[in-house]
Amino acid sequence: MTPQPLLRVQDLVVRFPGRRKTVTTVIDGVSFDLAAGETLSLVGESGSGKTTIGRAILGLAPVSAGTVTFRGATISNIDRTRRRKLARDVQVVFQDPYSSLNPAMTVGDILVEPLTAAGVTGGRERVRELLDAVGLPADAATRYPREFSGGQRQRVAIARALALDPAVIICDEPTSALDVTTQARVLALFKEIQRTTGVAYLFISHDLGVVNDISDRIAVLHRGTIVELGEAHQVAAAPRHDYTRRLQMAAPVADPRKQRERRELRLALLAPHTSTKE
Amino acid sequence: MTVDPAASPSTRRRVFRRLLRSPQGALCLAWLALIVLVAATSPWLAPSGPTVADLDAANAPPLTPGHLLGGDSAGRDILSRLMWGSRQTVLACVIVLAVSIAVGVASGLVAGFYRGRFEGAAGFVSDVVMSLPGIVLLIALYALTGPNIPAAMAVFGLLIAPTYYRLVRNVVLGVRNELYVDAARVAGLSDLRIVGRHVLWAVRAPVIIQSSFVLAAGIGIEAGVSFLGLGDPAGASWGIVLQNSFNGIYNNRWAVVWPALVISVTILALVLLGNALSDVLQSSARSRTLSPRRRRAAQEAAQPGDAAGESIPVGSSDDVVLSVRGLRIAYPAAGGEVREVVHGVDLDVRRGEIHGLVGESGSGKSQIAFATLGILPREALIFGGSVLLDGDDLLADPAKMRAARGRRIAYVPQEPMSNLDPSFTIGKQLMYGLRAVTRLDSRQARGRVVELLTRVGISDPERVMRLYPHEISGGMAQRVLICGAVAADPDVIVADEPTTALDVTVQAEVLELLRELSRERGLAMILVTHNLGVVADLCDVVSVMKDGDIVERAEVDDLFRSPREAYTKELLSSSRSVELMEI
Repeated sequence: MTPQPLLRVQDLVVRFPGRRKTVTTVIDGVSFDLAAGETLSLVGESGSGKTTIGRAILGLAPVSAGTVTFRGATISNIDRTRRRKLARDVQVVFQDPYSSLNPAMTVGDILVEPLTAAGVTGGRERVRELLDAVGLPADAATRYPREFSGGQRQRVAIARALALDPAVIICDEPTSALDVTTQARVLALFKEIQRTTGVAYLFISHDLGVVNDISDRIAVLHRGTIVELGEAHQVAAAPRHDYTRRLQMAAPVADPRKQRERRELRLALLAPHTSTKE
Repeated sequence: MTVDPAASPSTRRRVFRRLLRSPQGALCLAWLALIVLVAATSPWLAPSGPTVADLDAANAPPLTPGHLLGGDSAGRDILSRLMWGSRQTVLACVIVLAVSIAVGVASGLVAGFYRGRFEGAAGFVSDVVMSLPGIVLLIALYALTGPNIPAAMAVFGLLIAPTYYRLVRNVVLGVRNELYVDAARVAGLSDLRIVGRHVLWAVRAPVIIQSSFVLAAGIGIEAGVSFLGLGDPAGASWGIVLQNSFNGIYNNRWAVVWPALVISVTILALVLLGNALSDVLQSSARSRTLSPRRRRAAQEAAQPGDAAGESIPVGSSDDVVLSVRGLRIAYPAAGGEVREVVHGVDLDVRRGEIHGLVGESGSGKSQIAFATLGILPREALIFGGSVLLDGDDLLADPAKMRAARGRRIAYVPQEPMSNLDPSFTIGKQLMYGLRAVTRLDSRQARGRVVELLTRVGISDPERVMRLYPHEISGGMAQRVLICGAVAADPDVIVADEPTTALDVTVQAEVLELLRELSRERGLAMILVTHNLGVVADLCDVVSVMKDGDIVERAEVDDLFRSPREAYTKELLSSSRSVELMEI
């Protein structure tokens, strides 16, 4: 790792007020670094807190303890003015391409919005570049999100994230709402964009396979803590932690023979502690 | 900020055109336009001034020459006075609307978007204001201001502002959690711009609808206050005309009818317009259900049997429990057209066989599942084909379909949580379902449910039966639904993406359970999924669907080893590109 990483998360704790004055700790002491141009994935099941980490970095969830730094400057718990400046550097692509685009705005307006907010001129020209970069036709700018399929909408969301040439994009399950062929194409687009722009991704997903395909490193989250963090191929193919192994064994493969073997391995792995489930 | 000139006006024009197309909306708009027009032109159009008295016309009946609606007790022309009065009505409307929207919408936006202390304070104030008796306050106001209708209307605007506040705040609370608002925050937009661009758009429709009801109330209050004598007696307003006529009701009964009619019709027009508006503005969510006549027409038009290609003979094997033949399903599309989404599909499921129906969204796979269960949405059109359960056509006979559903064909849905009723305990729901399809009494049913819950892997069934759906996990909810599906010992289970909403570790367990149940009970299963890994894990036979057709069908090992169709190959390679093949 370089001495000063692009994004550093240290001992992050996120708590939400629960019912009757109780406090739920969703993230409990998570630390990791993200280098420039790197893809680090956070993988975990629902409730593991992976989305909350992304939202805490973006300032959309409270940081109860710990720090998030970007290029050495603290960006956790900063005011709105500084947060708005950060829009040039840290961007997001959300999971749901249906609710992440305002249905009342044309694609062109959606893409111009971050540019005008940042005071960039020549927005329309940039919109054409962006649409081209994500493989959408130029006339898409005058159409509404509802006229596009899920995969195309996700391309619009990616274009919006790219508009200000950020250093980091937080990708919160960007392909989990898509069909498998569309998912493959959108993942290829992510890789292509990284190759040409050198952007770093914090890639959040529940699917170890997707994550393996795109990541340099993988962090496995379980109940708000990182149980394993390492080089992507090692985590996905030769996991050290028991939980990662369970995740790996549970993901079915599109090959009946291999899947039969994997099923038996999974059952063998679970055999000693079957009674602990549910 | 660049505003696309084509964007909002075009939607606005569309809404307006649709409003005009409904007779109710067009009539109401026409009446209201007439009132506004008369108010604007009454100085020129009214036969006489509002206070010009003609003693010959005192208490003149309607249709007196020169006094179409007759005269009042002072000999003033009623038609003229009503026309002049409409000016005050329109002015009152403008004041009420301006004050209530300015106060109510603005505070609702701030409270909903920022929440915090302002929301608390604004909520308290709005509750207090709503509990005040409006008309009494307005009468008290008279003591302060004298006859001053604009002031009274402004106060009424304040009194009614809480209705806007509540409406707007609730809408904003929903919108502020939308991902596009989060995206706007991350994109660096100022709060003002987020509210102006994203939030205001969402409250637009409900505010417009509410406004027409507020205006109706405003006119009623204006007339009421004037009628009570709190208006300017020298001026003309509908309420004052009504009051004058009422005082002389024994001399000229007809004089009361006109102002009462004008006031009532205008209020009615506003209320009906509000209903028409809400139909138009909120109709996009509604489905396009065809009228019975157009349904029949569409079905007849589709008859020319272009049902796709070779039909496999029915019952090609004795083991077949369920077969689908030439199934064609269509939906009404925009512009009155009908779009076929399933083009003549054939499918056979044998006893104990798990038949995978795989394809991408929009391929029609779920439509087939719904058709075999007889739970297609109301607007769906079945253009042809049959669903045969042991040779009986269920599609042709709704009674047979009802008899089979839940007893012989059961269903495991995609979203376990939304398929459980949140207001009943798990035990109640399962027993209710079980007793609907069997003759067990409640004690026997309970025993059977306990036994089945244990079977689907729930270790303490007695406790789980007392829980409500929100108290259990998604995986457990899916086990409960599977338990419900197998309760009546069906021959066929139709499972529509049964593990899509679950985590991978839970998915693996649920797949294991489905496999065991199919084996031990000889259950046939149609498994609808987009996940080829799930297919490889569970299915015996696979049908690959694309654009409403089955493009390839094979035994599971053959399909994965040597796919024939290009589309199947593409699906496989996309799926394998993101898979952990190494173990």
